[in-house]
Amino acid sequence: MGFQAVKFYQTGTFTVGNRLLAPDERSLQSVETRSNSINSGHRACQGCGEALGARYAIDAAMAESNNQLIAANATGCLEVFSTPYPESSWQVPWIHSLFGNAAAVATGIAAAMKVKGRPEVRVVAQGGDGGTTDIGFGCLSGMFERNDDVLYICYDNEGYMNTGVQRSSATPPAARTATTMPVGPEPGNVFGQGKNVPEIAMAHGIPYVATATVADLRDLEYKVRKAMKMHGARYIHIFVPCPLGWGTASHDTIRMARMAKESGTFPVFEAEYGEVTGVLKIRHKIPVEEYMKPQRRFAHLFGKNAHPETVARIQAIADRNIRKYGLLEDEGN
Amino acid sequence: MPNKPFAITLKPGTSLANLTGTWRTTRPVYLDRLPPCNNACPAGENIQGWLFHAESGDYEQAWRVLVQDNPLPAVMGRVCYHPCEGACNRGQLDSPVGINSVERFLGDEAIKLGWKFNAPATASGKKVLVVGAGPSGLSAAYHLARMGHQVEIHEAGPLAGGMMRFGIPKYRLPREVLDAEVQRILDMGVTLKLNTKVENIALSMKQHGFDAAFLAVGAHIGKRTFIPSGDAAHIIDAVSVLRSMEGEDKPMLGRKVIVYGGGNTAIDVARSVKRMGAEPIVVYRRTRDKAPAHDFEIEEALQEGVMIKWLSTIKQADAGAITVEKMALDDKGYPQPTGEFETLEADSVVLALGQDVDLSLLEGVSGLEIVDGTVQVSPNMMTGHPGIFAGGDMVPSERTVTVAVGHGKKAALNINAWLNDATYEPAPKHELAGFDKINPWYYSDADKTVRPMLDIIRRQTSFDEVQGGLDETNALFEARRCLSCGNCFECDNCYGVCPDNAVIKLGPGKRFKFNYDYCKGCGMCATECPCGAIKMVPEET
Ligand SMILES: Cc1cc2nc3c(=O)[nH]c(=O)nc-3n(C[C@H](O)[C@H](O)[C@H](O)COP(=O)(O)OP(=O)(O)OC[C@H]3O[C@@H](n4cnc5c(N)ncnc54)[C@H](O)[C@@H]3O)c2cc1C
Ligand SMILES: Cc1ncc(C[n+]2csc(CCOP(=O)(O)OP(=O)(O)O)c2C)c(N)n1
Ligand code: SF4
Ligand code: SF4
Ligand SMILES: [Mg+2]
Repeated sequence: MGFQAVKFYQTGTFTVGNRLLAPDERSLQSVETRSNSINSGHRACQGCGEALGARYAIDAAMAESNNQLIAANATGCLEVFSTPYPESSWQVPWIHSLFGNAAAVATGIAAAMKVKGRPEVRVVAQGGDGGTTDIGFGCLSGMFERNDDVLYICYDNEGYMNTGVQRSSATPPAARTATTMPVGPEPGNVFGQGKNVPEIAMAHGIPYVATATVADLRDLEYKVRKAMKMHGARYIHIFVPCPLGWGTASHDTIRMARMAKESGTFPVFEAEYGEVTGVLKIRHKIPVEEYMKPQRRFAHLFGKNAHPETVARIQAIADRNIRKYGLLEDEGN
Repeated sequence: MPNKPFAITLKPGTSLANLTGTWRTTRPVYLDRLPPCNNACPAGENIQGWLFHAESGDYEQAWRVLVQDNPLPAVMGRVCYHPCEGACNRGQLDSPVGINSVERFLGDEAIKLGWKFNAPATASGKKVLVVGAGPSGLSAAYHLARMGHQVEIHEAGPLAGGMMRFGIPKYRLPREVLDAEVQRILDMGVTLKLNTKVENIALSMKQHGFDAAFLAVGAHIGKRTFIPSGDAAHIIDAVSVLRSMEGEDKPMLGRKVIVYGGGNTAIDVARSVKRMGAEPIVVYRRTRDKAPAHDFEIEEALQEGVMIKWLSTIKQADAGAITVEKMALDDKGYPQPTGEFETLEADSVVLALGQDVDLSLLEGVSGLEIVDGTVQVSPNMMTGHPGIFAGGDMVPSERTVTVAVGHGKKAALNINAWLNDATYEPAPKHELAGFDKINPWYYSDADKTVRPMLDIIRRQTSFDEVQGGLDETNALFEARRCLSCGNCFECDNCYGVCPDNAVIKLGPGKRFKFNYDYCKGCGMCATECPCGAIKMVPEET
């Protein structure tokens, strides 16, 4: 992968920092002067992956743009927990308009900066999976197609969390949500539906598409910084577990993201102009069951009325990801 | 905010007014847990603590932290059986940290670079007698001197070291190393009187006005067993053989040497004899897995060409030959005779069946309790006689150099308290940092560095040191394999993973603290701390 593995130190490649590393080898999040784009006092749930992922990503974008950054934000938890009028946690110029038009708003800001002769000012748009893969999809596809100079970041918590955990087109099969209840012969969300927006973004042939998780900070920072070095339409899809919506312990958010990656459920890769250029390999492969079991949204698949055949179908999806992206060390890519 | 964004004109209310810390039901707290290595070290070393400094390449500081507990690191790095490594959490990941090899590296650096101990505390005016200059006596003398007491060691032998010199062979512990570490202790102002056997402890104390005494005379009387033997049979005990290796006159054992016993002493004798050109055969009544000798020592002996007859006892010894009977293990694992005999050529038989303590110096001392030939001591290392403390091989123990050193330190702490009419209260032990407290994800894969071994021909023919040391780069690598169990090593994880920016980084060496105004108590920091230095505790209501 693109970030440098730290040699000879026990930790450093995987930890946030390391007292023994030279300052330029540390992650941005380990530095006291990180911009803390979202300040303390926000109202996200305990252990919110989205709040964490947003700070990781926007701090990196701030650093790479020399703090010359404007963020457009779709409606969703990220907006609601950060900015209940008249307060805001954002320590970057930040604009919210609607649930479905963050990409278009960002396109407009980028155009305005161009007209004003401020090429140094960079623009990000951000939204949840609902705002991105469902209602905001038209605006997003347009932004891609026109190759507007915007980095769009999707925080994927696999559902409409802000309104009470409804299904989105990023909700995994079999998961329980308020609108996909665990009843009937195939309980939870149906198989065979939903969208893979990173792949759809790649199909637009835009300069840069990447996926990342809150469990792989070094990789995430590397990708945001790389994206910010480029121009044109760029898309980063960050996997951010939601303790409330998934029914997981608040302290397990990063663990969940790690297990999603290590099981092959969530492939972590990057692509340029529609072609995959790198994948983050699985370090210690685990079965999907290990990832799913701690989540209450999958509880109906285990225990008394278990559905092992459903778990097997989800395992098959993970196996397909592993094959397709070459996620295991020996399988190559 | 360090960098004010360019376009902020209005002053929106900041969310800092919203003290989300009020949501908390459990709070994270930083703590130091007890690393399993420290917990297992018989000398009570702060292993994780000194590895921490070695990791950053500050070897002198590492050594200084080490010698707060143990004044003999170069010796330890060679002869200690390192129970720390058996307990090391890293063993559950790949292989334990090579603690012992890093310790040896530090000890050797100290000798090479001439590091000295810090000057002792101001003189207390108290005089303590230490009997025996083995590891236990030396350790006690060192710690007592550091506390400012005047220490005199009375040693019966011609040189200091005890079994480190007259038991453990040179090929495992070169004498220059031992001499250097002993000298460094004496340089603190400890008086060593050689060739001074204490015949009567009460008398010696009274004569010279000692306020307290620490006895560490070891166990030097070779145990005997009855073997029917002809007049011409040459039977000798292991301790005498090893002792004479140190002198001018090497022992006359002949070519075929039978060593009777299965402990480390038996193996040491056999390997020494092999180096003198003889052909040793170890005879032991049980099997290899039941032998008290450490398996790696048996392995090394076999590599060097030492023969071992398992499941055999000596029935009869005559001039030039012995008769052994084959044994078989019964259901309970005890060896039973089979009635099958064999004759082996034998110019001499060396008995390595363990040692007893010479208690003659204790004659007439009141209040002592002797069980199975060892002196009983209370948890503060004091014998039944006030002011007389004891440790090492002469008290019930595992009989290792490391245990002896640990006894010396513990006794010194208690003697110090006793001299001040106080009792020594050890600090309460921290809770253990077991493997369940570690988040192994964060540690890269890195296998243990293996120490070089001397080539086999030189091992069979010379007393050169068998095991080599690590050099600077691989010692550093090895130190950095440490997981820092239970103790913050400033990896910044808590600082990074808090979704509420509620961790304050205090700067290098100062660790972190929580900002409880905003900490919601999600517990992510505790789960993602690699080494288990954060604990969640219920919030008081
Ligand atoms: C062959 C052999 C190999 C060993 N190998 C190892 C090993 O690899 N690792 C390990 O950890 N342990 C090993 N041991 C065990 C270890 O050497 C002992 O446990 C340790 O030395 C005990 O220390 P001590 O201070 O109690 O006694 P000792 O080391 O026995 O020292 C006692 C000292 O007291 C002196 N003394 C005795 N009586 C008097 C008196 N009346 N007045 C004055 N001085 C007196 C003696 O001369 C001696 O110097 C080995 C033992 C043997 C025999
Ligand atoms: C046009 C419109 N429809 C519905 C809503 C209500 N609404 C607000 S946030 C949200 C869901 C957000 O889900 P997602 O984008 O995944 O963000 P999350 O809250 O999960 O982070 C919905 C349905 C809205 N604000 N506007
Ligand atoms: S509902 Fe989920 S995404 Fe929203 S604030 Fe809570 S944890 Fe974060
Ligand atoms: S990893 Fe380090 S601290 Fe933990 S037991 Fe091993 S040596 Fe001790
Ligand atoms: Mg969502």
